[in-house]
Amino acid sequence: MRAPAIEIQGLSKSYAVGFVRKTLKPALQPLHLSVEDGETFGFLGPNGAGKTTTLKLLMGIIFPTSGSARILGRDFHDPDVKKQIGFLPEQPYFYDYLSAPELLDYYAQLCGVPSEERRKKIPALLERVGLSDAGKTQLRKFSKGMLQRAGIAQAIIHDPKVVFLDEPMSGLDPLGRREIRELIHELKAQGKTVFFSTHILSDAEALCDRVAVIHKGELRGIGVVEDLRSKTAVKSEVVWQGSHALASVGPLVSESHTTGEIVRAAVATQDLDMLLEKLRQNHAQIISVTPVHGTLEDYFLIHTSESEKARA
Amino acid sequence: MNSRLAAITLNTFREAVRDRVLYNLIIFALLLVASAPLFGEISIGLEKLILVNVGLSAISIFGIIIAIFIGIGLVSKEIEKRTLYTILSRPVRRWEFVTGKYLGLLLTLVVNTAFMTIGFFAALLIATRTFTRDDAGLLVAIYFIILQFFIVTAITLLFSSFSSPVFSAIFAFALFVIGTFAEDLRNFANLAEGLTKWLAIAAAWLVPNVSSLNVIAQVAHAEHISGKLVLFNTLYALLYSTAAIAVAVLIFERRNLK
Repeated sequence: MRAPAIEIQGLSKSYAVGFVRKTLKPALQPLHLSVEDGETFGFLGPNGAGKTTTLKLLMGIIFPTSGSARILGRDFHDPDVKKQIGFLPEQPYFYDYLSAPELLDYYAQLCGVPSEERRKKIPALLERVGLSDAGKTQLRKFSKGMLQRAGIAQAIIHDPKVVFLDEPMSGLDPLGRREIRELIHELKAQGKTVFFSTHILSDAEALCDRVAVIHKGELRGIGVVEDLRSKTAVKSEVVWQGSHALASVGPLVSESHTTGEIVRAAVATQDLDMLLEKLRQNHAQIISVTPVHGTLEDYFLIHTSESEKARA
Repeated sequence: MNSRLAAITLNTFREAVRDRVLYNLIIFALLLVASAPLFGEISIGLEKLILVNVGLSAISIFGIIIAIFIGIGLVSKEIEKRTLYTILSRPVRRWEFVTGKYLGLLLTLVVNTAFMTIGFFAALLIATRTFTRDDAGLLVAIYFIILQFFIVTAITLLFSSFSSPVFSAIFAFALFVIGTFAEDLRNFANLAEGLTKWLAIAAAWLVPNVSSLNVIAQVAHAEHISGKLVLFNTLYALLYSTAAIAVAVLIFERRNLK
């Protein structure tokens, strides 16, 4: 059996706060997470949820208070593993005195890409991210969108197997977001594992195989996008033939529409069984029962709200 | 040198040579060196003495200023601007990063000193019309100045590995100034007694002995610099800067980069 591309085992981070009496403030509760090879995985959460902390831990920028992680089956601190991963930080700021080809050349050197390969790869990659016209322009003169594209290019210059992107769409205009989305699609098509954090749910919905929701440093949910959406299905739509039955089930339905003998009615999921039973008793013919799914946003809001926590 | 270390070194050098502040400092230093013959004009018969003193002091002081002011930002700027995030996500060890930054700044200082040395010898030729055999001693003095840069850059990097840029500059400059009185500190340690003696000995060993690396006065008076001193100073500068960089690496290895 193939090892998961990313396996996080109880990774946590706390910071000491206070001047005299230091107390530990958790930034990330012990996190257990596994991302399969070739998967596009969305890490969702509001600002300050712990997404960047998780990525900084995985990149070795900060050290965990407890726990460990494995990337491609090896310890995440192993320098050889880092040859296989690419990382785009949130709101990246690169060496602004360099041009885009110089920047890519530098990062490729750090990953041990031979000079012959660098000479071929850099122009091709700049073309691919739409920066071939940037030429010798220093990065200090780049727009936000151009910087983000340069950021993606540096993350994949060494052809990594796993790509980590921290808020790759933040601050981009709709066109820029579409370009980045297309790039992520391309990475997926090439079989790369993509782990990206975002708070833009439409992007996650469009791109991800699975998502995890994190809030206040705690994992609140994880799963396939469709499954998570189905968990927000609080209503079902029932269609039946036999308008006479409507009188006896009236109190159960929230809204209804009758066309001749056909009745279309919405019912709360917990009342669905009772409604179907009553329809049978009244000899109505059930035509269809369809759960009305919410969006990923509904799931996100439910799992990041305080009321959910109180209910739990 | 491994390829990652070389890449970081060259990128640090490239950053420095593309920084306008460096050019301002170099132009100012060259102007000072070039104006040295003018100082000689006002002191008849002492042109060369004045020129050597002013010229070599300018090379030393401006190098120290560059070492400290670029050195304090070597690590902190990368943390503040988060460029370090993309570096540490590569197969780059933290010691390679710190050492590469150090070597990159040293390379900048050596190249900078080479240019200033050319300016200095040009000014000397204009003032004296000829070179003598004793002028080779001037190169030894410049070599010692470069050794000072080894130490000052390492100290600056050490302070900046745990302190803010402003404090790093203050600490590094203070330690350099104390280091110019290192011989006096040693003499004091010899004369003192009890706890004071031990504290003075400890301080004398800890502060960099910059005074023994300053032979400007001797070469200005055409005094011979012994091979033994060259060897001793070379070993001392290498050992001191290696120790300072090693401590900087130890601190940086454990640091959480927020």
